[in-house]
Amino acid sequence: MSGFRALARKELLRFSRVSMQTVFAPVVTTLLYLVVFAHVLESRVQMYPGVSYRVFLVPGLVMMAILQNAFANSSSSLVQSKMTGNIVFVLLPPFSHVEFFCAYVFASMVRGLTVGVGVLIATSPLVELNVAHPLWALAFAICGSAVLGSLGVLAGIWAEKIDQLSAFQNFVVVPATFLSGVFYSINSLSPVWRDVSLANPFFFMIDGFRYSFFGQSDVAPTTSIVAVLAALFTLSAIALMLLHKGYRMRP
Amino acid sequence: MSANSPVGPQSALNASPAIEVRGLAKRFGKLQALDHIDLTIERGEFFGLLGPNGAGKTTLISIIAGLTRADAGVAKVMGHDVIADYRAARRALGVVPQELVFDPFFTVRETLEFQAGYFGAKNSRAWIDEVIESLDLGDKANTNMRALSGGMKRRVLVGQALVHKPPVIVLDEPTAGVDVGLRMTLWKFIRRLNDDGHTIVLTTHYLEEAESLCGRIAMMNRGRIVALDRTDALIKRHHSLNLRVRLIGASLPAALRSRCVASVDDTHTFPLDRFEEVESTLASLRAANCRLLEMELLQPDLEEIFVEIMRTDAMQHAKGAQ
Ligand SMILES: Nc1ncnc2c1ncn2[C@@H]1O[C@H](COP(=O)(O)OP(=O)(O)OP(=O)(O)O)[C@@H](O)[C@H]1O
Ligand SMILES: [Mg+2]
Repeated sequence: MSGFRALARKELLRFSRVSMQTVFAPVVTTLLYLVVFAHVLESRVQMYPGVSYRVFLVPGLVMMAILQNAFANSSSSLVQSKMTGNIVFVLLPPFSHVEFFCAYVFASMVRGLTVGVGVLIATSPLVELNVAHPLWALAFAICGSAVLGSLGVLAGIWAEKIDQLSAFQNFVVVPATFLSGVFYSINSLSPVWRDVSLANPFFFMIDGFRYSFFGQSDVAPTTSIVAVLAALFTLSAIALMLLHKGYRMRP
Repeated sequence: MSANSPVGPQSALNASPAIEVRGLAKRFGKLQALDHIDLTIERGEFFGLLGPNGAGKTTLISIIAGLTRADAGVAKVMGHDVIADYRAARRALGVVPQELVFDPFFTVRETLEFQAGYFGAKNSRAWIDEVIESLDLGDKANTNMRALSGGMKRRVLVGQALVHKPPVIVLDEPTAGVDVGLRMTLWKFIRRLNDDGHTIVLTTHYLEEAESLCGRIAMMNRGRIVALDRTDALIKRHHSLNLRVRLIGASLPAALRSRCVASVDDTHTFPLDRFEEVESTLASLRAANCRLLEMELLQPDLEEIFVEIMRTDAMQHAKGAQ
């Protein structure tokens, strides 16, 4: 347990030392999405009755920021350590696999949630947003960041170079978040694309999170949370199995 | 042994050696980096692992440290299997890696504190202070790792291996790139740890260093152990002495010329098996009217033995390949 604490503390310090790049920059980027999309589409689109597009957009953007930053934290920490060789500092100690995994995921969650809160604060002067179900919001934010933190650990275990990691990020994580209904309700899609979206775990995180604010969503929040927990369970199981085998970490 | 001895009261495992390796094999593609190695290092030893570049020393250490998985064989640290019982094995082991690695986000003290935390070391503050002092890093304690010179980074690596006071300490070329002054301080520190009961395993390419420090030495070549003995026995194993003389007067008599292994101008070297042969050799020289201008008795050193063992091994390998 003390091993977990030290490793988690190290990981937290690692990103907070460069918070300009790891927290403020993503907040600004997300803010730009809001300004541009809301400006272009505000008068033309309405996804939910009684909810302006600008307001509709914010929860999705907050969740996207949480997810992308949670992923970035664990994955880049592991890959950077592999490349610089200082990964030995965390491979030599007697961490249990669970301890190791949880420390990286925990720090990822903190980074994701910090950016999420940052986006909420930054957007508050631009949109008036009320939270209908705060506990649901918290549940989705926490579980969603945990899923992406775990996916980041998986990517970090697998990737041996930065370009492999950015391939993973650009061809898996970014498309999956963009196509998960951040910018639209999947009810506005053709039936085929609607079904495809339902196979995307990211969709349930966004949709569930949006439900917490508006009390309306494309699918029921209980369905979403079950889907998110299933994703979390699957990814954690795979990551722990790979750590146990020493796959690519202890070749 | 004192109450806080690193070995500790582990009655069931008391008999187990510090490091035990059986049939260890590792292949990288076509290259057999380790070829079924057996090795036992007892508790309290100061052990040297020598060998040319690519011999497999680091690979062996990596397997013992759990950084790499062996293809076959078992490795144990203080009786704990490095795979099945990896947590106990790693707790018992401190490793100074060969590569000069560091985490650029942190200062020297943070680096050491984190490492202590990873091992669950409690109340490590005083010990960390002592490590910093002993490694002469006092004035750099709050400096970022990036801003240290190579030799200083190496010292921090040594410190990181010691923060949890492991009973077994493995140093993979700890003195590469370290200046003479610090080398002495470092060895004094490591010796003290050895006196306190820590087992030390060391690889180095400075053979005089190994000769003066290590009680026992294994020489590796192409993934195998080609010599393993007490350091003094290893040195005595071949011939024991060289007598070097510089002469004036008559030239070397034929009887002596055949025993001479090296003649440069009027300086000649005779290998001797025993010390008593010095007298008889000098007597023969006198009888031949040679006058002695200078005389030197050369003890064989590890370097000579090393070169000889590697040459023999290469010859055997060549024969085997035919
Ligand atoms: N990750 C790896 N992939 C492929 N080959 C490797 C790898 N690690 C080591 N080798 C090879 O295994 C052999 C043994 O390497 P090792 O690092 O154990 O040698 P060493 O005795 O430590 O040498 P040195 O004195 O140079 O440190 C070398 O031929 C090396 O090229
Ligand atoms: Mg080496």
